[in-house]
Amino acid sequence: MKKYIDHLILIIGVVFMMGPVVVAFMTSTHDAAEIHMQGLMTTWGGHFAETYDEVLFEKGGFTGQVTGLAMLKNSFILGIGFAVGKIVLSMLAAYGIVYFRFRMGVVFFWMIFTTLLLPLEVRILPSYMVMSKLHLIDTYSGLIVPLLASATGTFYFRQFFKSVPDELLEAARIDGAGPFKFFIDILVPLSRNMVAAIFVIMFVYGWNQYLWPMLMTTDESFFTLVRGIKQILLVWVGSQIPDYNQAFALAVLAMLPPILVVIIFQSWFIKGLTESDK
Amino acid sequence: MANIQIANVSKTYAGDIHAVKSVNIDIADGEFIVLVGPSGCGKSTLLRMIAGLETITSGTASIGGKIVNKVEPAERDIAMVFQNYALYPHMSVYANMAYGLKNRGTPKAEIDARVKEAVRMLELEPYLDRKPRALSGGQRQRVAMGRAIVRKPAAFLFDEPLSNLDAKLRVSMRGEIKQLQKRLGTTSLYVTHDQLEAMTLADRLVVLNRGEVEQIGTPLDVYHNPASTFVAGFIGSPAMNLVNVEITGQTIAFGDQTISVENRTLPQGKSTLGIRPEDLRLAQDGSGFAFHVDYIEELGAQRLVHGHASGTPLTVTLSSEVALPEDIRLSVLAEKLHFFSAETGKRITA
Ligand SMILES: Nc1ncnc2c1ncn2[C@@H]1O[C@H](COP(=O)(O)OP(=O)(O)OP(=O)(O)O)[C@@H](O)[C@H]1O
Ligand SMILES: [Mg+2]
Repeated sequence: MKKYIDHLILIIGVVFMMGPVVVAFMTSTHDAAEIHMQGLMTTWGGHFAETYDEVLFEKGGFTGQVTGLAMLKNSFILGIGFAVGKIVLSMLAAYGIVYFRFRMGVVFFWMIFTTLLLPLEVRILPSYMVMSKLHLIDTYSGLIVPLLASATGTFYFRQFFKSVPDELLEAARIDGAGPFKFFIDILVPLSRNMVAAIFVIMFVYGWNQYLWPMLMTTDESFFTLVRGIKQILLVWVGSQIPDYNQAFALAVLAMLPPILVVIIFQSWFIKGLTESDK
Repeated sequence: MANIQIANVSKTYAGDIHAVKSVNIDIADGEFIVLVGPSGCGKSTLLRMIAGLETITSGTASIGGKIVNKVEPAERDIAMVFQNYALYPHMSVYANMAYGLKNRGTPKAEIDARVKEAVRMLELEPYLDRKPRALSGGQRQRVAMGRAIVRKPAAFLFDEPLSNLDAKLRVSMRGEIKQLQKRLGTTSLYVTHDQLEAMTLADRLVVLNRGEVEQIGTPLDVYHNPASTFVAGFIGSPAMNLVNVEITGQTIAFGDQTISVENRTLPQGKSTLGIRPEDLRLAQDGSGFAFHVDYIEELGAQRLVHGHASGTPLTVTLSSEVALPEDIRLSVLAEKLHFFSAETGKRITA
């Protein structure tokens, strides 16, 4: 009996979470006028192919220069660049903190840690100024680099490295592995579940960035999907109906890659956060 | 292969902890030395200083005639086997063994030959491609041994390599380590707190107590001529009986009883008498001293009889086949008595 109740609760949860996604997808297959008149749809509208083709390949946007595909590409660059950059940076920082005794190591760790209190939104003005002085507005570096320094990543890797037995380092030292070899040959492979877990979190985080890309890029060729959705709804000029169908299609497209990443990485993801392999 | 000299080596940790105090040991080429002592006596610290994993506070360690105080572990030409094996979890058995050679730039063919040879010696062939996770404790231990062997180092250093194994496996691995060491003839330094392991493995024993060497000698020498009450109590199981006595002439008095000894000059005055449980006999026809049984442990062929004589606890090893009489009296063999200074605990050589 209890099993059925468990299942019931889970099913309700799934319906609750998936409902809006299904509605968004269904709505995206209707045409704009219909959506404008009747609101959200829960039925199949039959315009799937045209809408998605248009969204992906037709040039649009304010300047008429940017396609959905280009925005998809930008989102990927931001998501992957952000995740990879964060992982590399925080792994190296954690390696330094855990394995090298340098003066004020603890101070540096806590300095990194306190940046948790300073999310991007708080330091948006100075970050923007720095980027603009460096002429990095409208570049991928400008989009990605200021977001990279990561206390969370450093903290996770620090905890993980601390849990690696000292004897492993000692065995490696006797086996003739220097600091660099130990990192590459031993620590990195041991961290792979952790890396996968952090990659998932960071990819989704980077993918969903909205505020920072909006500030950093004015050139539409740098637009990401998340911004594209907003842009479509902005063409509320004259008596024209916004392309609701296209906005929904973009939203569905924007959801897909993070979902795929989570699905592909899920086994590592769970391992990385729960078990250790030492 | 090489000899190892440890000269006046001390280790002081922050906070004035003197873990090792001025230790001197000369280890000959090919010798199997076992460092034994109770937990916390500094065995691991000493071994790790020789390995280069811990700095030497003062004194010198030399391997093959070369002082290695400032030499990196990898350049000391030693291999170490750790208690928890310290195998690389993400590497196969083969890769674990090959890693050290690879880092030294050994040619692939040579690595392959050496690993194959070690694997054959250790009967690990079926497991070459497995990860350590998929091996039993004993197999992991062999891989750790293999990793040491393939390097063909000047010396093996073992830090309690068998203490994570169950009793039976420990005995068989002990035999294997001994055989392997004899076959390879590699100088070895082995740390254990298990005196039986120490006795069976060692060419020479080094008994450590609170960071200091109590005695160095062959297992039998240490067993038969313990240099102090500490060694007497630590080496041998069950432990040697230690009794405070007062000697006048040929009479040893303890409590309200006496033992008379002939054919041996005795140290006069107060001292500590040591008697191994197996050196106590049932006395015939009312001679010897009275002994009261508290409890008996049956070991099969023998039994350990725990009891007391004049308030002094004593343990006696007796054959299981001999029936215990009602009133037990014990006698001693004069030549098997050990005497230690009542003040310093050091052996008194008459
Ligand atoms: N890094 C350290 N800092 C301070 N004291 C230490 C450190 N490492 C060991 N000690 C101290 O040095 C002494 C010797 O330690 P060591 O590990 O050599 O003992 P051991 O003989 O190997 O004991 P065991 O049989 O339990 O392994 C102990 O008192 C220990 O507390
Ligand atoms: Mg130890």
